[in-house]
Amino acid sequence: MDHEVLAVRYDVLVDVQLRGGIADPAGATIERALPALGYDGVAGVTVGKTVRFTIEATDEAEARSRSEDMCSSFLTNPVIEDAIVTVALVGDGSNA
Amino acid sequence: MSTMVGVVVFPGTNCEMDVVAAVERLGGDGRLLWHADDNVAGVDAVIVPGGFAHGDYLRPGAIARFSPIMGAITQFIADGGPVVGICNGFQVLTEAGLLPGALQKNSGLKFLCQPTVLRVDSTDSVLTRRVTIGAELSVPINHFEGNYTCDVETLARLRDEDRIVLRYVDNPNGSLDDIAGVCNEEGNVVGLMPHPERACDELLGSADGSALIASLLNTPLVDAA
Repeated sequence: MDHEVLAVRYDVLVDVQLRGGIADPAGATIERALPALGYDGVAGVTVGKTVRFTIEATDEAEARSRSEDMCSSFLTNPVIEDAIVTVALVGDGSNA
Repeated sequence: MSTMVGVVVFPGTNCEMDVVAAVERLGGDGRLLWHADDNVAGVDAVIVPGGFAHGDYLRPGAIARFSPIMGAITQFIADGGPVVGICNGFQVLTEAGLLPGALQKNSGLKFLCQPTVLRVDSTDSVLTRRVTIGAELSVPINHFEGNYTCDVETLARLRDEDRIVLRYVDNPNGSLDDIAGVCNEEGNVVGLMPHPERACDELLGSADGSALIASLLNTPLVDAA
């Protein structure tokens, strides 16, 4: 193993959800449908989407920062959506 | 000299020939502009028509923003050129940051394809400058994501600056404040969900869209019948 700073590969999971206060008709429809199927007591249903990818970076902070940039410029529409970004090393990180 | 209208075609656009037909019916000339071009070919006005640009992947309009033509359209707008986005074209212009707000799924979660009645609430835009305030126009909608939304500050600014150009008389999709169309600060960029190009002939059930297209062409409405 050499001692240069090598890029390693991170798994990134982007969880996109509608921002608070933005109407979520899909979530509301699911919530209304659940009692009809016998699932009572369910509240706060929201429907979003996930985007997964791997990214090369020198460390986790860089992987996170670049992923968050991607979220604000492209992966989400900040007018209506928020994203939670989760970053984890792929395997032992040596396969970049 | 007739007005040359550039009609932008992305992969997945499907209303471009309807727009060209409406423009030519009203005495203008239509010219298709391919999304990969980096210029607007010297046209006098640009329409971004409806369809599913880049397959509507991620979000409607999200990927179209990166097509080379968008840089040229942004410059055209900065130079004062008139630009109208119809349906998916409206979504493209909001995603590109050229108009405020966003279009989300219809409140009833249904694709809507039906006539609507629009009320003209501002004539300070390139799409409404030749119509009368309060005029009611029958123009069809054809969308799943036409539910206009924006934050409260933006809505207040749109109202204060008289930039809500068209409202639904009977809100079909849950749009905030019944908004069907808005314009930018200068009034040279307008986005609307309804399709005026599909209401330019009585054979189509309404010719009320002609007044809007004629405003863009900035020509008198010769064939009002």
